Amino acid sequence: MRFESPTTTKAAATLLGSESGVAHVLAGGTDLLVRMKMGAIEPDLIVDIKRIESLRTLKVAAAGVQIGAAVPAVRLGESDKLRSLWPGVVEAANLIGSDQIQGRCTVVGNLCNASPAADSVPALIAAGAKALIVGPKGKRRVAVEKVVLGPGRTSLARDEFIEAVVLPARTGKSADAYLRFTPRTEMDIAVVSAAVNLTLSRGVVQSAKVVLGAVAPTAVIVPAAAKALIGTKLDDAALDKMVAACRAACNPIDDKRGTIEYRTKVAGVMARRAALSAYERAGGSK
Amino acid sequence: MNGVTVSAKVNGDAVQYVCPADESLLDVLRNRLNLTGVKEGCGTGDCGACSITLDGRLVCACLVLGAEAEGREIGTVEGLSEGGQLHPLQEAFIEKAALQCGICTPGFLVAAKSLLERNPNPSEEEIRYALAGNLCRCTGYDKIVRAVQSAAKMMRRGKKSAR
Repeated sequence: MRFESPTTTKAAATLLGSESGVAHVLAGGTDLLVRMKMGAIEPDLIVDIKRIESLRTLKVAAAGVQIGAAVPAVRLGESDKLRSLWPGVVEAANLIGSDQIQGRCTVVGNLCNASPAADSVPALIAAGAKALIVGPKGKRRVAVEKVVLGPGRTSLARDEFIEAVVLPARTGKSADAYLRFTPRTEMDIAVVSAAVNLTLSRGVVQSAKVVLGAVAPTAVIVPAAAKALIGTKLDDAALDKMVAACRAACNPIDDKRGTIEYRTKVAGVMARRAALSAYERAGGSK
Repeated sequence: MNGVTVSAKVNGDAVQYVCPADESLLDVLRNRLNLTGVKEGCGTGDCGACSITLDGRLVCACLVLGAEAEGREIGTVEGLSEGGQLHPLQEAFIEKAALQCGICTPGFLVAAKSLLERNPNPSEEEIRYALAGNLCRCTGYDKIVRAVQSAAKMMRRGKKSAR
């Protein structure tokens, strides 16, 4: 195995493109090194992207946020401004693993690992995040929900990598929230999760996005759930309608961590709580 | 072997080593630099026995490649004591009998030190959350939490009297 640590995105793309064997991008390594250790992958080339200055940058402004692919999750929580603009994205990213994992893991890595239970992915999708993809032919920008195709599968070409995710401008009274259910309080993987992003005007929901995690092969956007919230002050009837829409959108696995019936029911509970949390954060009161 | 030559700093001292590209920093520290305070428990980032700091950030050495450490500053449990004087956390772990077999102890010490640097007066809940990435299979966690509280108190007092 070769190890390279280029200092520009162009050099990284060239290295990935010219490798004839198996090449992997290394950012935090909290998934990659585990898979190597387990023998699930045997890379011929590892490209460490942490020496690329622009990828270590976290830009936070109301006009937009850019989270570089080499920014460890812990740094998101250290930004008061990011926490106030996108509390749901931050709480999702900060739920990944322990403090030790937080010091290394990245949201772009969480996205590219393509686990159905990834914590930051539903929150990024609810936020309307875009992935900035670099390849030998240049750059492209795609919605985060277009990146993950299924468990462990992404739409990235073998010579492409994501340099950052970008969150849109924040307008008006807006807030997001992310909640997951795990049997333990820490160091666990979501059995079910929900992210909700709301914009209010005079306490009435103007726009909404509801995304569920761990209830299907990929995170699920539930437009009917968002529709149930728009134009309301999150009264019980609206919430019930949203919960029903969430449950109808579930297609979970059945395993020892949660049966289909259980995950489907809890998805509605998580979505309701996340919606109420986002509503309150956005300044709404009932 | 595709060896990678690395220059880094460990506990303030400059070190140089050559390692295969896929060797973990944990194996480098233990087998090449003889710093056996860092332990291997799971090797997959779940148990925290290999907790170290990398440029001041708490990480698991098993989830870092030795090759990545070029130019970085590494801190291990061996760097806790100063001039033969044990760190207050080490004193408190002994005083409160916060260990039995001891395998998890270096990881707990490094993680607790990292916590107290960020938060000199953590609540019990904050201590338990901060140490959630460190597993102990003998004593249970209570004595460890008490030891961290005791060390935090000692360190806050020490700072006051130093002024």
